[in-house]
Amino acid sequence: MSSTQSFRLASESGVGSQIDCDKPLSFIFNGKSYPGYAGDTLASALLANGVDVVNRSFKYSRPRGIVAAGAEEPNAIVQLGSSEAAQVPNVRATQQTLFDGLTARSTNGWPDAQRDMMGLIGKLGGPFMPVGFYYKTFKAPASMWLTYEKYIRKAAGLGRAPTESDPDIYDHMNRHCEVLVIGAGPAGLMAALAAASSGVRVILCDEQPVFGGSLLDSAETIDGMAAFDWALDAVERLAALENVTLLPRTTANGYFDHNFVTLHERRTEHLGDTAPTLDGRRQPRSRLHRIRARHVVLASGAHERPLVYAGNDVPGNLVAGALSTYIRRYAVRPGKRLVLSTTNDYAYRTALDWQNAGGEVVAVADARANPDGELVERAKAAGIRIISGSAVVEATSDRKGHRVNGARVAAIDIEGFRVSGEVELLNCDTVATSGGYSPVVHLAAHTGVRPVWRDDILGFVPGQTIAAFEGFGVVGAAAGVYAAAGVFESAVTQVKRALASDGIDAEEVQIPIVETFREGAAVAMYQVPHDKPTMRAPKQFVDLQNDVTAAAIELATKEGFESIEHVKRYTAMGFGTDQGKLGNINGMAITARCLGQTIPQTGTTVFRPNYTPVNFGAIVGRHCRELFDPERYTAMHQWHVEHGAKFEDVGQWKRPWYYPQKRRERADGKLESMHEAVVRECRAVREKVGVLDASTLGKIDIQGPDAREFLGRIYTNGWEKLAVGKARYGLMCKDDGMVMDDGVTTCLADNHFLMTTTTGGAAAILEWLELWHQTEWPELEVYFTSVTDHWATMTLTGPEARNLLSELTDIDLDRDSFKFMEWREGIVAGVPARVYRISFTGELSFEVNVQANYAMQVWEALFDHGEKYGLTPYGTETMHVLRAEKGFIIVGQDTDGSMTPEDLGMHWCVGYNKPYSWIGKRALTRSDTRREDRKQLVGLKPLEANVVLEEGAQIVLDPKQAIPMRMVGHVTSSYYSPTLEHGFALAVVKGGHKRLGEKVYLPMPDGVTHVAEVVGSIFYDPKGQRQNI
Amino acid sequence: MFHIYCPYCAEYREEEEFHPKGQAHIARPADPTATSDDTWGEYLFFRDNPRGVHHELWVHAVGCRKFFNITRDTRSYAILETYRMGDQPSVTAESMILAERDAECGVTSTATMQGVPS
Ligand SMILES: [Zn+2]
Repeated sequence: MSSTQSFRLASESGVGSQIDCDKPLSFIFNGKSYPGYAGDTLASALLANGVDVVNRSFKYSRPRGIVAAGAEEPNAIVQLGSSEAAQVPNVRATQQTLFDGLTARSTNGWPDAQRDMMGLIGKLGGPFMPVGFYYKTFKAPASMWLTYEKYIRKAAGLGRAPTESDPDIYDHMNRHCEVLVIGAGPAGLMAALAAASSGVRVILCDEQPVFGGSLLDSAETIDGMAAFDWALDAVERLAALENVTLLPRTTANGYFDHNFVTLHERRTEHLGDTAPTLDGRRQPRSRLHRIRARHVVLASGAHERPLVYAGNDVPGNLVAGALSTYIRRYAVRPGKRLVLSTTNDYAYRTALDWQNAGGEVVAVADARANPDGELVERAKAAGIRIISGSAVVEATSDRKGHRVNGARVAAIDIEGFRVSGEVELLNCDTVATSGGYSPVVHLAAHTGVRPVWRDDILGFVPGQTIAAFEGFGVVGAAAGVYAAAGVFESAVTQVKRALASDGIDAEEVQIPIVETFREGAAVAMYQVPHDKPTMRAPKQFVDLQNDVTAAAIELATKEGFESIEHVKRYTAMGFGTDQGKLGNINGMAITARCLGQTIPQTGTTVFRPNYTPVNFGAIVGRHCRELFDPERYTAMHQWHVEHGAKFEDVGQWKRPWYYPQKRRERADGKLESMHEAVVRECRAVREKVGVLDASTLGKIDIQGPDAREFLGRIYTNGWEKLAVGKARYGLMCKDDGMVMDDGVTTCLADNHFLMTTTTGGAAAILEWLELWHQTEWPELEVYFTSVTDHWATMTLTGPEARNLLSELTDIDLDRDSFKFMEWREGIVAGVPARVYRISFTGELSFEVNVQANYAMQVWEALFDHGEKYGLTPYGTETMHVLRAEKGFIIVGQDTDGSMTPEDLGMHWCVGYNKPYSWIGKRALTRSDTRREDRKQLVGLKPLEANVVLEEGAQIVLDPKQAIPMRMVGHVTSSYYSPTLEHGFALAVVKGGHKRLGEKVYLPMPDGVTHVAEVVGSIFYDPKGQRQNI
Repeated sequence: MFHIYCPYCAEYREEEEFHPKGQAHIARPADPTATSDDTWGEYLFFRDNPRGVHHELWVHAVGCRKFFNITRDTRSYAILETYRMGDQPSVTAESMILAERDAECGVTSTATMQGVPS
């Protein structure tokens, strides 16, 4: 197999610490099969196989190759998944561990990576796609944007979501610790060792499968050991401690207030594209650890900054350190002839690694006039040609742009931003650059801390910590400390300080002894000057993922964009899935150059969670499907299920919507439609008797000597005279006079009431009562308890209701002794019950309330006795029709937070003369609530009997007026009434109460205009005689 | 994601247990009928939106169900104190200015997290 891995180094070379050559694997990329080894990343395996082009660029559709080796990779973004259900978009190949059978595709490039549609536009090219191209080109007509966007997004790639549901499970875990260390490079390992020695709980996480960070690529020695071995030893020591939790493959993605950090642990993504089972059990694909830490130590390291030069996006251009990583960890040297361009000493390690791995280092172009550090000397001693005071000004490529074939190197004048000498063309296949390091300040930025620029290290470091992040510290390269000795020192100091603030004396920790070497100062360079001006030079890319060039930034500043935030938005720099990890600082530096400013004057940079893309499954965890939201069932739920009920979600409740029966008249035995069921259920209630499970209504038990006074203040109507045994309908307003809830409240005893609320409003109303009690009227002695779940409610309604119930109860149901709007306590079907004679249908009704755990027995008893009376269960749909026929409102359907009791025609429910200025009263006399043209509740009767108006349909007075028409209201409830044999509706209409008898019009989108007559809102039994039989 | 100190439960709890309920210390005018439309409108609809110290009403909704007050810095989101209904804030925009002035003069303050003695 390895024969085809032509860029893989022989195992005798002694490199390749992460791979196991005895475990060959195969994987598929863009439909083609390749070999690799266990321990590879997808990126290292692709490079080993000489796959140069891994993607097409976002805007210009240029071929792109692998640039980096970690989370900062902008190009090698792939779509993963061998089956539809396993699709995962936007996976960084550099972070995806290889497994056997891995299947990946390039994310960009439609219809496919080779025959690339957008390539046409891209190749038509530069002049046609200037900065702000999308804004400028696709902005008009605005209505077309959605169409353009669809194609642009599709063509631009950025992956796609699977169309099948995810077979995997994901976990969430809550954890606590004293010290959370983010990053397990030298700084993180040292910090964890220091913290662990004191015995406190320590969590150490790192996004890589193996701890060690930069030590894995280092040639240095620590305590006399190879850096790599020291890291292994440190991990072993930590793993042996009970107070330490090690989380590899775990990315700290968000840092929130009070040291709450979200860690995303990939549990099985290195094993397969769906999680394999373990001991026959499903494993979670990933875990989201929700960590609350006393102290957070950020040891996230630094990303090497590439230089910006012409042709820097051609495959074969990499950041220098990535080459060392590929050589040392994966035994991959992705080329033969290297030209290195650097501003600092560190990159020389890559030149030495390349040479030691058998590659040819054509030259090192060093931007400094007199590089003299120890690493430079070593390179010279190794016979490497060093061209000082110069840089790679352009990488040249083959005709297709598939691979670097040369580097144009020239002497440069950094201050003057110009090429100052002859250009020399060097033959090579790889160009590596280093413009220094950018501390990974992302998580620090999540806290709201603005990074601050440091000239001495040429990078942003986290700024001063703010109050909500007490206990936060940054160590090592993330704090701009790069040399090993300083890194260890900073880690130990920070941990000691943190523990001391909790009164814990950390054990004396031995700081490892490291070799130090003389380092030459780095020079500040970001964009390399070209022999042509930026605007005319070949493209110099700043943000590779979003195809933002130096010229685009220059143009943006010429067009007047001066704020870095505006430049970023205009050019889209940093808005890719990589959040500009490689490009942002360079972009800022170029902006600064164009504006004649320094970088700190130009601004800083903001990063937001998440640090790397997180898939939705990980965020959702187990909160999906049946666990998405709690489902609430009434005590009679199983009966409803067994009797074929269709359910409706009302808040979290499952309420029977209607009960379709098998159609008797039809041989096919098909179920009734909803319309047929509702007609049957409505007739049963109006002609015989029906029963509704009304258990979901909110119930609040109110007690205390001031309960009555409290009700008087919170409801619009009066309560002082409501006697024990009586019930009353109440209307509740907000203090702006708008109706917010309604329901019946009964007087159980002089200081004891039971309030009912709408099903959906129960929790909010309880909080509302508490609000007023606790904040305005604490002197009232009154207590509120939610008893919604304690009582089950069955509404028996219809002319036969009394006859049926009398068979089951000892309560005297006589119409004169148990009057309308009264309640009685007694026994129903053998259990204690409260029975209310109230009606929401207009028919004779008894609401039977029993303790919920008795309810099923009572419900079944009703049916045992009910058959001879034609007892029919009905659902919410029939309930809605019946109540609307009576003009009874449903708060939230017929009201929308802008309706006063008077707008609803409910003056009868307003206690204008109550002594206390109840909630909402004052607002009813404000000029706005007194307007005569307010929308008012009326009934609408369509002229055509079989028309059922659409709920939400807009109402106009003149159907012939020009569009846009003047709308005067809308339909709030609309049904077909089997009783009236006519469609009917409730609606709100401006000045509606004075329009009775007028015609209004409802123009519909299909061109039909319905005509309806404005009528009173009570359609059936306006005198209310039926409930009183 | 905040840790909020409930002055009734007397412990820090997760933000998920709380609901914010808007600006604190908005008293309902004692005699609404004697209140002008303008004043009533102010009471109903107008709220402060300060950059800096803000006193807010919160409720420990899935805890003790008690309403209480939080003084918060809208710039940093720092919770400066929490206190019971009926109490007055000890941290105000004015006191913050004085404290900052003191700090400049080298006077050390003994500020405590969220009003909890530390
Ligand atoms: Zn509490």
